[in-house]
Amino acid sequence: MFYREAGDFKTSYQDDNQTFPIKFDRYRYYFMLFVAFAIIPFMINDYWVNAVFLPFLIYAIAAIGLNILTGYCGQVSLGTGGFMAVGAYAVYKLMTMFPEVSVLIHIVLAGVITAGVGVLFGLPSLRIKGFYLAVATLAAQFFLVWLFNRVPWFYNYSASGQISAPERTFLGEPITGPATEAWAAYLVCLVFVTLSAIVARNLTRGSLGRKWMAIRDMDIAAEIIGVNPLGAKLSAFAISSFFVGLSGALFFAVYLGAVEVGEVFGINKSFLVLFMIIIGGLGSIFGSFAGAAFLVLLPVFLKNVLVGGLGWPTDLAAHLEFMIVGGLIIVFLIAEPHGLAQLWRVTKEKLRLWPFPH
Amino acid sequence: MLDQEQGYVTADGRQIGGTVMDMRNITLRFGGVTAIKDISFDIREGEIRAIIGPNGAGKSSMLNVISGFYVPQEGQVYFRGEKRAPMRPYEVARQGIARTFQNIALFEGMSVLDNVMTGRLTQMKAGILSQALWRGKAEKEEVENREICEKVIDFLEIQHIRKTPVARLPYGLKKRVELARALASEPKLLLLDEPMAGMNVEEKEDMSRFILDVNDEFGTTIALIEHDMGVVMDLSDRVVVMDYGRKIGDGTPEEVRNNQEVIDAYLGVSHD
Ligand SMILES: Nc1ncnc2c1ncn2[C@@H]1O[C@H](COP(=O)(O)OP(=O)(O)OP(=O)(O)O)[C@@H](O)[C@H]1O
Ligand SMILES: [Mg+2]
Repeated sequence: MFYREAGDFKTSYQDDNQTFPIKFDRYRYYFMLFVAFAIIPFMINDYWVNAVFLPFLIYAIAAIGLNILTGYCGQVSLGTGGFMAVGAYAVYKLMTMFPEVSVLIHIVLAGVITAGVGVLFGLPSLRIKGFYLAVATLAAQFFLVWLFNRVPWFYNYSASGQISAPERTFLGEPITGPATEAWAAYLVCLVFVTLSAIVARNLTRGSLGRKWMAIRDMDIAAEIIGVNPLGAKLSAFAISSFFVGLSGALFFAVYLGAVEVGEVFGINKSFLVLFMIIIGGLGSIFGSFAGAAFLVLLPVFLKNVLVGGLGWPTDLAAHLEFMIVGGLIIVFLIAEPHGLAQLWRVTKEKLRLWPFPH
Repeated sequence: MLDQEQGYVTADGRQIGGTVMDMRNITLRFGGVTAIKDISFDIREGEIRAIIGPNGAGKSSMLNVISGFYVPQEGQVYFRGEKRAPMRPYEVARQGIARTFQNIALFEGMSVLDNVMTGRLTQMKAGILSQALWRGKAEKEEVENREICEKVIDFLEIQHIRKTPVARLPYGLKKRVELARALASEPKLLLLDEPMAGMNVEEKEDMSRFILDVNDEFGTTIALIEHDMGVVMDLSDRVVVMDYGRKIGDGTPEEVRNNQEVIDAYLGVSHD
């Protein structure tokens, strides 16, 4: 009953421009933030943080990044894993080169560096589109992984070829390295994901977002209204890569702590994040969260129910996961390209008018 | 009748100004096909200029030359007295030239309002930081430009579909939204490629009224391509007639209607 637009009149364009124009949505959003910041940190243990919360939050940032490029600007990328690796190696080099600077600043700088690399690999998008661009980004993926494997400078000549995050603190509390408490790691990622989502939402609802969507929907028409395709595409690559780099930096420094590039940031990562935005919803910030949550929770759920509950062998459960994800991708691509976010929107639209649809 | 500096007075008493767009000896070839052969014509401040001709005459190609999609092999384009170097369509748009397409070119994934707002993109200058934080200039210019777009939306009577995704609209309304997007940029010169193609009589009447009102209220200079001769005769101040890439007539609707070559090539066919 209280999910209503009627009676909630907008008297200015500012009001109409709000992210959550409906009161109920706005309150739910504040409530979620309250729970995430003030309640969850006191309730979680290592298992929940490492199996669910950290991957969910970090993948959500990566998905937001890829969604800007693919969902908003229409440029398909299979290089997400490679760009996450750039973020990871950038933060590693910064942490070891400038140990006196706060790691939070390093994480942001890692995003900036990845943005630069993203623009570089985005240059071909001016000439090639669709499938061919996807192949070009795939080349970037393999090149970047190869580069980080082959050039010892990137991993500080360590014998194993791995990188591992040294301990860094914030307000005296370790937030990277083995001594990090679960809640501290969670809060760091939560702050980054919240800020990322707000910034991404603001960028996509303003003039930059409209430029991206114009390029996505019809690049010829975009040009005719004065959008420079070069600027629009490269800004999408830059901002998208910024978020992806941020997520890579967090994935390495805060979540895993030690990384072997081919294993962690291989082509599988690229596909995983792509699947997240397809299932969650292309061109939707909320969808980036929904997709990340779904693909992080699914294996946890299957493992707990099938392996833990019903006693299935682990590999069988893993195969089932592949089949479910594969099936869902096909279903969403064919039936609902706007993913879970659109299903949610349609449900809300129905609710909004219920019980009098006309 | 034409005075280069003073312009002229139309049949219905409107004062038309000097030359805005001057096309001089334009020739455009696609491989072996010559789409435009040595055509010159001008478009004057405040007038409604029609380009007519049978299918494949080269009308759309001419608009594409004006808006920068095609670069002619020969000839020059003068815009507001200055020779224009070859430029990309987005640069042309930034000079104040807006257009619609023969086959609608809207952003199907966006709402009507967002489509219209894209018409304001050349005017929106907030930096990326301001946009990211949605503070200061970004927020302010969003509201200012929204007001301009809402005026256009009211003007074209599409308030009721403001938030509707464009993909869900019927053809006639899409044409109107495309006009709204072009108008939102407050163009100095508006190019319309068959704005009434595929419409029923009522929709055509609406569209004609809108075109006249735009010209009348905002003083916008308009060049339009149209097949419906009745519409052309009603709307336009001067008409260019093309056939097989050549210009075979140029003048008031009255003059063009009485031009023997035009009657043979074009009107004769349609009045069979
Ligand atoms: N991009 C192109 N490549 C090759 N040929 C082209 C191209 N664009 C137009 N043409 C050719 O140029 C000629 C003129 O085409 P144009 O589209 O300008 O005609 P039109 O007068 O607009 O016709 P219609 O009334 O059918 O829209 C045609 O012969 C067409 O095939
Ligand atoms: Mg045409």
